[in-house]
Order: sequence, then C-alpha cells, then structure tokens
Amino acid sequence: MNLLLSVYGATAQGLTWTIFALGVFITFRILNYADLTCEGSFALGGSISSVFVVGLKLNPILSLFVALLSGLAAGAITGLLHTKLKIPSILSGILTMFGLYSINLRIMGQPNTSLVGNKSLIFMIKDKLPTAAELGIMDFILQTGVVLLVGLIFSLIAIAFLYWFFGTEIGSCIRATGNNDTMVRAQGVNTDMMKIAGLSFSNGLIALAGALVTQTQGYADVGMGQGVIVIGLASIVIGEVLFFKAKNFAIKMLAIMCGSVIYRIIIALILRLGLDTNDMKLFTAIVVALALSIPNMLKNKPLFARKEVKPPINVTKN
Amino acid sequence: MLRFNGIYKTFNQNTVNEKRAINDLSLHLRRGDFVTVIGGNGAGKSTLLNLIAGVYSPDSGRILLDGDDITNLPEYRRAKDLGRVFQDPMMGTAANMEIQENLALAYRRGKRRGLRWGITNKEKQIYMEKLNNLGLGLETRMSTKVGLLSGGQRQALTLLMATLQEPKLLLLDEHTAALDPSTAERVLELTQDIVSANNLTTLMVTHNMKQAIQYGNRLIMMYEGNIIFDVSGEEKSNLKVTDLLKKFETVSKGSFANDRMILS
Repeated sequence: MNLLLSVYGATAQGLTWTIFALGVFITFRILNYADLTCEGSFALGGSISSVFVVGLKLNPILSLFVALLSGLAAGAITGLLHTKLKIPSILSGILTMFGLYSINLRIMGQPNTSLVGNKSLIFMIKDKLPTAAELGIMDFILQTGVVLLVGLIFSLIAIAFLYWFFGTEIGSCIRATGNNDTMVRAQGVNTDMMKIAGLSFSNGLIALAGALVTQTQGYADVGMGQGVIVIGLASIVIGEVLFFKAKNFAIKMLAIMCGSVIYRIIIALILRLGLDTNDMKLFTAIVVALALSIPNMLKNKPLFARKEVKPPINVTKN
Repeated sequence: MLRFNGIYKTFNQNTVNEKRAINDLSLHLRRGDFVTVIGGNGAGKSTLLNLIAGVYSPDSGRILLDGDDITNLPEYRRAKDLGRVFQDPMMGTAANMEIQENLALAYRRGKRRGLRWGITNKEKQIYMEKLNNLGLGLETRMSTKVGLLSGGQRQALTLLMATLQEPKLLLLDEHTAALDPSTAERVLELTQDIVSANNLTTLMVTHNMKQAIQYGNRLIMMYEGNIIFDVSGEEKSNLKVTDLLKKFETVSKGSFANDRMILS
C-alpha cells in the first residue's frame, strides 16, 4: 500500500515537472543549445509565484501567467547575450542564471517562502471539492489527485501548444536553426531572432513549471533551480529510450511526459530501498551521463577516439 | 544586374595573419550571364561569393544588386534575391528535417513567415513535381529525413531549394567539389538544366578548368584577390585548358604550381 502511494505521489510530481522537461527539450534537442538559464528561470517562476500568493495575496493562476512572462524575458536575455553580444552559448546561460539568483532573492526578500496558510493553487481547487472525509478517502490521496490532474492538464496543454507552434512557419525555422543555421540564413531567416525566440519559449515554460511546482509543493526556495537541468535531461533521455521509434513530434513530447513520471517513480522506489536523499543528485548525474553516452557507444565508436580526419575533398581527376 | 565597385576585403587586419583576400575588385554581371570563376587556392573566389551573400561585408567599395545597394545588408535580408549552393553538401540542408520540410523552408524564401502551418498539401504537389524533374527518385521519399540522403542527393536537393523561389542570382560555391566524379557530372547537368530553364544569372566557382570552359557564357580567372582574365562569348567557347594554364603561368610569373589546377 505504501509502495503504491509513493508511486502515486511520484506520478503526480512527474506530471508537474513535465513542462520543465519540455522547456529543456526545446533548447537541448530542438535548438541544440545547452541552456543553463533554466536553473535560474525555474527558481524565478517559483519566487514570483510564492510572492504573489503569500505577500501580495493575489490569485495563484495569475502568478503562473506572470511567471511565464518573466521566464520569456529571462530566456530573451540569454538569447541577446549569445546572439548580439557574441558570448558563447553555455556562458550566456550561466550569466543569466547567476544574475537571476540575486533577482530571485530580491523578489522574495528572503531565501525561501512557504505557502503554508495561504491559498495556493492546489488548496484553491481543493476548496471547491468535497473534503476527503466526505469522499471517504485519505487526504493525501485527494490532494495528490488534484496535483496529478493539474499537472496532467498543464502538460497536455503545453504539448498541444508546442505541437502546433513547431509546425508553423516560424516554428519550422526555429527547428531548422537548431539543425543548420547557415542554411536557414540562406533561406532568408534571421537566425538570431529564431534563437532568441526559442530560448525565450523554453524559459517561459520553465518558469511556468517553477511556479507550478511551487504551488504544488507549497514552498519556493532560491536554490530550487540548482541542478534541475539534469532532471530535465533525465526525463528526456528516459522518454527517448522508451519511445525510440517515435517519429511524430507529439509522441516525442508525450514520451518526455512519461520520462518525467518514470524518473520520479524510479527515484521514489530507490528512496524506499533506503538510499540517502543526499546521494540522489550523484545517482541522477550518473544515469544521465550513461544514457547520453550509450547511444554513441552503440554506434561502435571507440570511447576516446580522435576525430576522423577527412581526406581532401577538392581533388578532381578528370 | 550585379555590380562590384572597388571592393577591398582583408582578413585579420593588423595581425601577422593579415590576408588581403579581395583587392580592388570591380565586376559587372549582366542579366542571364552564367559566369564560371576559377583560380588557385586563396585567389578570393569563395570570398567573392561570400561578399555577395553577405557572410562578410567589404572593408570598402560598394555592391549593387539590380541597382540596390546591398553592401551592408545582413545575410538573411539579401537571401530573398540569392540562391546559394555550398561546397559542403551538409551545409545547404537541415539533416534532421524531412525533404519536404526543407523544401517548405526554401519555398518561403523572401516571403513573410508567420504562424500559418509550415507546409500545405498544395505545396507538396509542387515539390513532388520538382523532385520528379531531378530524376533521383526523391519524389517518393518526401517525408524521409535529409540526413539519410547521399551527398549528391543532398546537393541536388540544395540546388532545387536554391531555385524554388527564382533567385535574381544563383551562387554556386564549388558545389560539386565534394562529390565523386560521376555524381558531380550529374549534379552539373542538373545545374545546367535548371539554369537554362529559368534563364538564371549564375556565378559558379570551380576548381575544375574543364568545367569552367564547358559551362557558362563567361569565364573569370582570379588571382590574389583580383580578376586577371575575363572572357565571354566566342572567345570563351574556343578556350582550351592549356590556354588557361598558360595565362596562369604568366600572371603568377612561373611561381604557379598548384597541384589541384594541374590535376584538372
């Protein structure tokens, strides 16, 4: 029973983190850009959302919207640093992330904010439902059920939106930019704008996820973003391994949703086996490193081989 | 059509690696010209094309296309008038996207892109027809990822993409150099077909003197960032490889011994 409950809780948690994984997917897989802004924008979303509910006593749904907008801005800053100021991609993300730490502290005015005793999104919804006692179930089941549904609805909306967006003319250009930006420029597209738009979208979703996670877990912490990119990558990789045959873009994103849930279930199960919580980050890092490298190793390439030297290609013999 | 007025371009200026790539170059292309450009390594052939495409901007001088000053226009803004095929077959296409998706990107060159769907069924008919004309069997593989195609197929596709929206000027930068001889031959035939069918103004850089003589109505030879020989019409069609070699020998004062040029 306890096992089932922890799987149930992990499923709900995985669903609330799906949007985050989708955000990482946009930069990492579509734009081919390892964007570390996400660690800052995730906490940015959380900070804003907590302050909206605790300090300003505003509607938590409004806080999600504002978090989304702030993430869009954060991503755009990274994009501008990279494209206009020519700062290398990883460093651009790190700079924004680093700066956001101070901004997040400013927003909250303290390192963390608890939502306890305030109307969070989950409690707002729960208030409209019959109580757990009336339904004759445990309060944990009801509350987690609300989280699960909220997570699922947000994930599906995000997937539908991204499916539409990346099918449009502009979306296609963003996909192509991640693939081969020389070609995209030759087809008359401003690739700088495409990169900025892609980073912006990604971080908008990630900040939204940060707000959603804050609303469901009941607190925000300035350090909540630390290392989350690895969790995003783990979700993506698990999804890709399980749905390796997926060609359709929507299926690929659903695979990431499953990946996000499965990651949480694995973690929950391992914790039940008695692993120290503090070791989880190391464990996740190793899993992601293996998952990212195994496909390369399977291509029969020696692990530390030198780069192949191409023969000169200009020699004509006629 | 295209005018180059006194263009200079130096790379790594004021460093030990300073290299004057283009040196006071002026050039005028007439509409419908098919110009082949030859020259040794470092003669400035590719730089010439990249200056037109907007990859670099010149240090001084002006570039006019159809009377419009495009000297400092960013690369993506000139693209509407230019069709480009690169030396590297990987450069002209997006490997992780489908053949039809690549074509759809090219089909919108010079048009406003918005939030309409990226590819319509009506276009797919057009693409199928055009791919059919290539005669490579690609029309049955429209949803194949381009990364699965061979270098020759990708180059043929890039050529189609470059001309899907008729460009004012087609820029071919040694586009057959990375292909095996028979594939190169096929891609050149396709080039000739497409250029004549649309009467495209074309600038084709090549390392191969035979190709340079065989194709086009005008030939330009470059040396140290300038044009040293410019022939067209009958004079060009009577040209022989030996004539070109001799020409090269004179201007480079005997120092010319580029193995690639000799091989060709």
